[in-house]
Amino acid sequence: MDEEIDTRKINNSFLRDHNYATEADIISTVEFNPTGELLATGDKGGRVVVFQREQESKNQPHRRGEYNVYSTFQSHEPEFDYLKSLEIEEKINKIRWLPQQNAAYFLLSTNDKTVKLWKISERDKRPEGYNLKEEDGRIRDPTTITALRVPVLQPMDLMVEATPRRVFSNAHTYHINSISVNNDYETYMSTDDLRINLWNLEITNQSFNIVDIKPANMEELTEVITAAEFHPNQCNTFVYSSSKGSIRLCDMRASALCDNHSKFFEEPEDPSNRSFFSEIISSISDVKFSHSGRYLMTRDYLTVKVWDLNMESKPLETYQVHDYLRSKLCSLYENDCIFDKFECVWNGSDSVIMTGSYNNFFRMFDRNTKRDVTLEASRENSKPRAILKPRKVCVGGKRRKDEISVDSLDFSKKILHTAWHPSENIIAVAATNNLYIFQDKIN
Amino acid sequence: MFPKGTKRKFSDSGDEPAVGGEDMNQPSSVAVRMLSSYSLQRQALLDMSLIKLQLCHMLVEPNLCRSVLIANTVRQIQEEMTQDGTWQIMTQALSAANAAAQCSAERLVATEVLCRQTEAAQGEQVPKPFPAVGSEGCPAEEEEEVVVEEEEEGEGGVTMSTVSSQAPTTYLPGTFGMDPCWEEETEEDEDSEECGSGSEEGDSDRLVEDSRTAEQVFGTFEIKNPAPSPDPALEELFSDVDASYYDLDTVLTGIQSVPKMGPYDLLESLSSHGPSPLSSSTSCRSDLNELDHIMEIIVGS
Repeated sequence: MDEEIDTRKINNSFLRDHNYATEADIISTVEFNPTGELLATGDKGGRVVVFQREQESKNQPHRRGEYNVYSTFQSHEPEFDYLKSLEIEEKINKIRWLPQQNAAYFLLSTNDKTVKLWKISERDKRPEGYNLKEEDGRIRDPTTITALRVPVLQPMDLMVEATPRRVFSNAHTYHINSISVNNDYETYMSTDDLRINLWNLEITNQSFNIVDIKPANMEELTEVITAAEFHPNQCNTFVYSSSKGSIRLCDMRASALCDNHSKFFEEPEDPSNRSFFSEIISSISDVKFSHSGRYLMTRDYLTVKVWDLNMESKPLETYQVHDYLRSKLCSLYENDCIFDKFECVWNGSDSVIMTGSYNNFFRMFDRNTKRDVTLEASRENSKPRAILKPRKVCVGGKRRKDEISVDSLDFSKKILHTAWHPSENIIAVAATNNLYIFQDKIN
Repeated sequence: MFPKGTKRKFSDSGDEPAVGGEDMNQPSSVAVRMLSSYSLQRQALLDMSLIKLQLCHMLVEPNLCRSVLIANTVRQIQEEMTQDGTWQIMTQALSAANAAAQCSAERLVATEVLCRQTEAAQGEQVPKPFPAVGSEGCPAEEEEEVVVEEEEEGEGGVTMSTVSSQAPTTYLPGTFGMDPCWEEETEEDEDSEECGSGSEEGDSDRLVEDSRTAEQVFGTFEIKNPAPSPDPALEELFSDVDASYYDLDTVLTGIQSVPKMGPYDLLESLSSHGPSPLSSSTSCRSDLNELDHIMEIIVGS
């Protein structure tokens, strides 16, 4: 794949050195908009940066639509919950775009507790020639006004402004892990560890609780919700995944409270692989419907699974992401890496799936050819516009040149968030505080 | 962590595998060693999990999913240990241990030494404020009270609240560290509301601490009815030193050195944050050190 690196530029004045990764710059979510023209990233410091694809120009065909910064804004601020004496992190957990209905763009961004609807709009004209004030804003002395004029719109430099249009707050006791916009484009759902709430995009002071798995006695809590998503085509259907490795599909037409699932997807445990960590590694960190709506993809710690919605007993396909970690689970438990939540994505045609791993590696699986590849998102190991070289991790025994042994993997360099353009082969990969954008090589 | 130099003794107790015992024949000693290694691994995992549960961020709510997964792991280990019978031994030893510890000044000195050593280990750790099991660090449920099942412990063992699915005679520290992480303690003064501790009876062992978080940690190690006199056989057991224990940890965890933190480290950090501990807390701290020490020896050996 041809590689273009689009490293985020830090504009804040307190940062001197671009190489020094402050925690606030760690990217926590990446999402293309429905047309792929825009790419939004959220970070741990509560900021959202939106990139826009350049118009393709005939003069420079090889610079096929690069992404440049379009807008940057502070979406969430750190808050303090006085009642519980706890800080509420401003880290953006998820961003979801709304389909475009007019000239402005809308996206939902959420931290642990509050969802916000942001409007991003362009302004390239401004009115000039007011009667009551000067161009610089000073009020004119009324006695000096002798004639009236009609203000005229004059062109100005393009300005992109982001304004918060709705704030959906105070609906979640636990931490929000997912948001998903419904196909009806009127409602969306927000999911925390124990509950799922349904919102109308226009109404901020109430939401409906549609799933509640909180036990009456919290001592009995053994399972939490880890992710949820609406079906892409059926506005009444959604799925949610759990920390025990199961997925429940619910139909909102069945009842107001969807505690009873319509379908229950779970793979029976393999007794030969049983260990104390079996449950932890079966916890699903991400669930995504295919674009067609026919399949479901789930990511647990070591694998990615594709499920057919019509078959609940076992997944259709299972792909090993980094099975060589199976023997290292105790160490990974000790350093907490076993709790890392990797995401997974489909390509536009649902033929390829992608997910991240450690050491800045990410993996792609072609469902048709059954081939897979491991690539690396790093500045040191690849130059801009160079084709990415496939990587290999060697498990034991002889290590060939270019291979990396399991023990040399850097577990602090994890790729948790990736995104795939809705129709083209362009991917965005977040590696800690850097964003990489890769696209297919053109001949 | 353990005073070195004490020779291991062949254990008289039939429940404990005697590694390196002279009168065991070869094949079974290998099996026994493997079994014991598994037990050690399991114990190490249990300790690690308990520490993870207790380390909550003071300022930010910890991840509920992570806490639930760790708690489930702890429960799973405990279930296994209960089936093995190891759990019974441990809790019985704990009750006797506490009684023994109270009477022996020597042991108190030894644990003071332990405390100083572990301070060095603590220094390597990421400095985080620990409310230990405090509700402050955990997602709270407003107006929710911890429903603690109080188990009367006839032998004076450690009182811990049980998960309803368990048989009444098994004692699980399963709830300490876990429940407070999910719920807010609304009753500070009521002893019976302490997570995992059951009702108090004005024990001399009980720590007097204003920080509720400390109470919850200590409460789990509370002894309700200490046995009157120490058992000489048990004392012999206590003098065993399991030197292999700390090697196991480094082997298991591989890459980095585990800062071996037990509840006594938490106590130290708590006292450094909270108000100055009263004198009774120091003796109880030693008791807790001793308890942990004993627990590790008994189960580990």
